[in-house]
Amino acid sequence: MQGLYAVFRKELADHFSSYRFVILFALIAMVSFITSYVAAIHLRESLEGVAKPQFVFLMLFNTPGALFSMVQFVAFFGPLIGIVLGFDAINKERTQGTLIKITSQPIYRDAVINGKFLAGVVTISIMLLSIVLVISGFGLTLVGVVPGIEETWRLFIYLIISIFYISFWLGLSILFSILFKSIATSALASIALWIFLSFFVTMGANVVANAAAPLNAKEGTNPEILMKNVRIKERISLFSPMVLYSDASSVIINPMRKTTQSLILMGPMEQISASRFKNPLAFTQSLIVVYPHVTALTAITLICFAISYLVFMLQEIRT
Amino acid sequence: MVTTNNIVVETKNLTKQYGNQIAVDNLTFTLREGEIFGFLGPNGAGKTTTLLMLMGLTRPSGGEAIVCGLDPVRKAKEVKRLIGYMPENVGFYPELDAVQSLEYIAALNGMPESKTKKRIWELLELVGLQNGAYKKVSNYSRGMKQRLGIAEVLIKDPKVLFLDEPTLGLDPEAALNLIDLIARLKEEHNMTVLLSSHHLHQVQKMSDRVGIMIEGKMVAQGTLDELSRERFGLGDKTYSLEEIYLKYFREA
Repeated sequence: MQGLYAVFRKELADHFSSYRFVILFALIAMVSFITSYVAAIHLRESLEGVAKPQFVFLMLFNTPGALFSMVQFVAFFGPLIGIVLGFDAINKERTQGTLIKITSQPIYRDAVINGKFLAGVVTISIMLLSIVLVISGFGLTLVGVVPGIEETWRLFIYLIISIFYISFWLGLSILFSILFKSIATSALASIALWIFLSFFVTMGANVVANAAAPLNAKEGTNPEILMKNVRIKERISLFSPMVLYSDASSVIINPMRKTTQSLILMGPMEQISASRFKNPLAFTQSLIVVYPHVTALTAITLICFAISYLVFMLQEIRT
Repeated sequence: MVTTNNIVVETKNLTKQYGNQIAVDNLTFTLREGEIFGFLGPNGAGKTTTLLMLMGLTRPSGGEAIVCGLDPVRKAKEVKRLIGYMPENVGFYPELDAVQSLEYIAALNGMPESKTKKRIWELLELVGLQNGAYKKVSNYSRGMKQRLGIAEVLIKDPKVLFLDEPTLGLDPEAALNLIDLIARLKEEHNMTVLLSSHHLHQVQKMSDRVGIMIEGKMVAQGTLDELSRERFGLGDKTYSLEEIYLKYFREA
């Protein structure tokens, strides 16, 4: 334990004093700030014609302002935080020759990797929590609406999901920093995988779906083929952690969304109820809707860390 | 000489194999308390691998090792508490200063913070780095880095020191300072030192005994006189370590 705590404290101090973290944090804080500001300005328009506005506070986070909402922004660029915190975790120590020095101290070897991962997760948590708090405080004065208990709970769950999502990328980049001896290689590999999983998987899902069940725009497609097309597309997209995360977080943060499925795949009764009764979903029900997504997200994060752990424990450390 | 007969490190047929390649081949040697043991051998002879096995950082393929009565494979953590290891080309965190570096190593050793401060200044004084205490390690000269490395190794108050090429790349004066320091550690603190080096005249000057390792095998070990007698036969002439080493090396 003593080793774990020492490594953890050192890594945490390193993160907070490193330039790249400060720059990234400033960038993300700024962008979230702007998006929620734009959202706050547009709030009046979005609320027009709504008889009894509910969950106004959450709109700060999910209303797309000029370009995207805060939730979408974290889905897109959150992985970058994880990658920046982890891509040189092990191989930097290896190249500067400090890894052997640490492991020759009386600690268990897993203290090194556990401490590093934990420090990254805590950094991510502090970062996200502070951003959400700043936006909330800002929104309080700008919109003048106080969040209710349910809204606070939803924000809390959103935070937890986001921490897991970014920790997945942290774990992945730490794994690459163990596998690749060169820092540049592990950075590039992490970013390549990020781009692939976040953008190309959804694109690829479209291509595969259209090949398997081609849509005919001119004559109109047979509903069954259309359903097959959408279903394939959604299944393949779920391989992307970004899709998993944005499905989960948007249902949690937007009580009006009742399902992660697209409209086409709903049954007729569901469609009627969705269009007729524009009531928010209860918090517990929202949780049930995204339960599989959250489980999958947690699972890939843990699997990723477990693989890094194993590889690190089995490697021979000479430098 | 303060050498007693207490055995600190003992190996029996210690072997390490990487695939088909044998890095350390049935190594048997002992290290006695309070002695400086010169560990010689060409690059790639298996010296570092041996040290790693003695600290439990690498699993031996065969044979056994005992360090201060403990088995490094099963009691790696306890063994690492007793051994201070300075690797070849020891690395540092460039963004930390000497005090911070030492604080980190102390924390890894579980030293209480109240004791750490005092101990750090004692060590900085011992290695002569008081003036560089708050200078970042990235601005250190090589000699200063090696001395900081020694301080880091000593902070846990080890029983045995493993120094891998401590004088490599140092200018003659810095090397001499470091050798003096090591000799003082032995005299004043009764430290057992295993010193791996290519600077044969330095090793000859300070070692009580030497061991020569070639291609994973310990081809000779003993005092200089013993080795010289073994290789060149009886005679009045005393041979230098360099002559002895080269003779062994050519015959192997």
